[in-house]
Amino acid sequence: MTLSAYLALALILFCIGLYGALTKRNTVIVLICIELMLNAVNLNFVAFAKYGPHPGVHGHVFALFVIAVAAAEAAVGLAVLIAFYRNRKTVQVDEANSLKH
Amino acid sequence: MMNLAWVVPLFPLCSFVLLLLFGRKWGKASAYVGIAATLLSMLAAIGVLADRLGGTTHEVNWTWMTVGDVTLTAGVSVTALNAWMLAVVAVVSWLVHIYSQGYMVGDERFSTFYAYLGLFTFAMLGLVLSPNLLQAYMFWELVGLGSFLLIGFYYDKEEAKAAAKKAFIMTRVGDVGFFIGMLLLFWQTKSFDYDDIFRAVGDGTLSPGMTTVAAILIFIGAIGKSGQFPLHTWLPDAMEGPTPVSALIHAATMVAAGVYLVAALFPLYEASEAAMMTVAVVGGVTAIFAATIGLVQTDIKRVLAYSTVSQLGYMMLALGSGSYVAAIFHLTTHAFFKALLFLAAGSVIHAVRTQNIEEMGGLWRRLPWTAPLFLVGALSISGVPLFAGFFSKDEILAAAWMNGSVELFWLAVAAALLTSFYMFRLFFLVFAGPARHQGEAHEAPASMVGPMAVLGVLSVASGYIQTPWFGSFLGEWLTDGSYHHEAAPGWIAVVATIVSLAGIFLAWLMYGKRAVPRDWLSARAPHTYELLRHRYYIDELYRWTIVAFVSFVSRLLEYVDRFLVEGLARLAAGIVGAAASAGSRGQNGQAQTYGAVTVAGLAILVVIFALTGGYWL
Repeated sequence: MTLSAYLALALILFCIGLYGALTKRNTVIVLICIELMLNAVNLNFVAFAKYGPHPGVHGHVFALFVIAVAAAEAAVGLAVLIAFYRNRKTVQVDEANSLKH
Repeated sequence: MMNLAWVVPLFPLCSFVLLLLFGRKWGKASAYVGIAATLLSMLAAIGVLADRLGGTTHEVNWTWMTVGDVTLTAGVSVTALNAWMLAVVAVVSWLVHIYSQGYMVGDERFSTFYAYLGLFTFAMLGLVLSPNLLQAYMFWELVGLGSFLLIGFYYDKEEAKAAAKKAFIMTRVGDVGFFIGMLLLFWQTKSFDYDDIFRAVGDGTLSPGMTTVAAILIFIGAIGKSGQFPLHTWLPDAMEGPTPVSALIHAATMVAAGVYLVAALFPLYEASEAAMMTVAVVGGVTAIFAATIGLVQTDIKRVLAYSTVSQLGYMMLALGSGSYVAAIFHLTTHAFFKALLFLAAGSVIHAVRTQNIEEMGGLWRRLPWTAPLFLVGALSISGVPLFAGFFSKDEILAAAWMNGSVELFWLAVAAALLTSFYMFRLFFLVFAGPARHQGEAHEAPASMVGPMAVLGVLSVASGYIQTPWFGSFLGEWLTDGSYHHEAAPGWIAVVATIVSLAGIFLAWLMYGKRAVPRDWLSARAPHTYELLRHRYYIDELYRWTIVAFVSFVSRLLEYVDRFLVEGLARLAAGIVGAAASAGSRGQNGQAQTYGAVTVAGLAILVVIFALTGGYWL
């Protein structure tokens, strides 16, 4: 029962994040949405680690890793965004389409 | 000397290769290379002939390739016929080489001309030396190639190009017959060698029906090469080539190849009544047919061309009548007097710069060498007694008579009348009467007159190797002594003489004395005249039937190719292209779209998994 509640919260968070990541035009918002999705995942890890069929410490450790990687990702993502902004004077995702056909 | 026979064709080949490589650098000196090569070749050929006169024979065969249990050989054989032809070809070719030095002077492709002459001579000599059909066929095609190159020598002239193609294609038509006949013989006898084929004919391995079919098929090749009716139309057009080439083609090489082939395969023909009849009829018809056309042509070279066709018809008639000796005899004398006539015509053209006999006249005094030499040639071809043509033509008439084909005999007599008429029409129009040409006419240089003089002597002397008076040396030698000269009725010679003199007299009346108006024929029988002037509309007939049909088919196939085959190819390419452009439209560079599609795909998979309850496996 408690596990389901955590998982439902994580699902809602993930869907909000996914929706934002796919629809928002502002890159900063997209990055934030990605963080949201990562945190939904973290919530899952922690919930399973506590209430899952095999409770243990692995889920916690993994959540910490994800937080570290997410921090690094945010740093790199913002750096790329700044470089992009310097080049194109915009932060709109739909204008970052140089790789199209 | 005889075992060196194989070097005879090699000299002209060397000249060809050398001139091809260094001709441009050597320029005018190229002529000396060509002349020297053919001189050596001629000396060697005469050496071979002299050896052969001594009675020795020579045959070498090398294994060329072995396929299964069939061995193909290549080699050289010297028989009486070969040795004789070798000498005739080499002599005429040498004289033409010398003559060309004067005629072609100033041409910018002078060395190329000599190179081609070398190739042509090589091919003909090689053909003559071949001991088997396959080798002969290869040289036969090389002769065709040589003639193509030489006829189309002035390739910037549209007519010359057309004539070269015509010569090549028309002779190819005949060659197909030759090729099929050759394969039939090979299929039946398992050999290409002349000797094996004759043995098979002799011992009945070759059924009479097959013999006839093969002989006639090979004769079709000879029809093409020797300009017999109905494949003769390329020969007059071949006049577009330089005049020395016409002399070479018409006298000793190209057209003689057909006659030579039939002569070389003579035992095959002798075995088949029907084949002999075909050869004789085609020859007789061609002789009279071409002679009638020759009556009304106005181009000096074309008149000579039709006379060649007519004389070749005589040779075929002789072969068909069973007189191999008469054919080779006429081939020899014809080679000399026709080469003489062409070279003399070349000299006339050189002097007056036109080929139209209506624009000539009164050249007898202007060309003190050419004119008498032309007269000698004309007398010889007309069959005036004591000239070479008389003896050989008489021999052919006798052969036709003795063979019992009375119609063919009278056809040949009529052709002889026409021959002397049109030759002297030519003579009187060109050399007698008032001068109608523009500018001053000058005699040709010594390099041109010299060969003509030699040929002039030969045009008389070559008749005396086979006469009723001094014995038939040529006949006995060609047939290894088994020749028995059947006593032809003496009146044949008288008829031949009367006919040729009558022709000359008529020509004189009409064109010399002008007692009979020149438009006598055209006024009385305008349709006949038009028919003759248009050469029986044979060219037109071919143009409207065969050429039209072939071009219709080719156009049809072109459309099939362009729209069907190419359409299919384009369709395949188009499908791929459309798929590619559709696919590339998906690559819009919007990372969010990619993400949405990915998520949608994942969602679909999840739904499927949910419905099916997990993995399929």
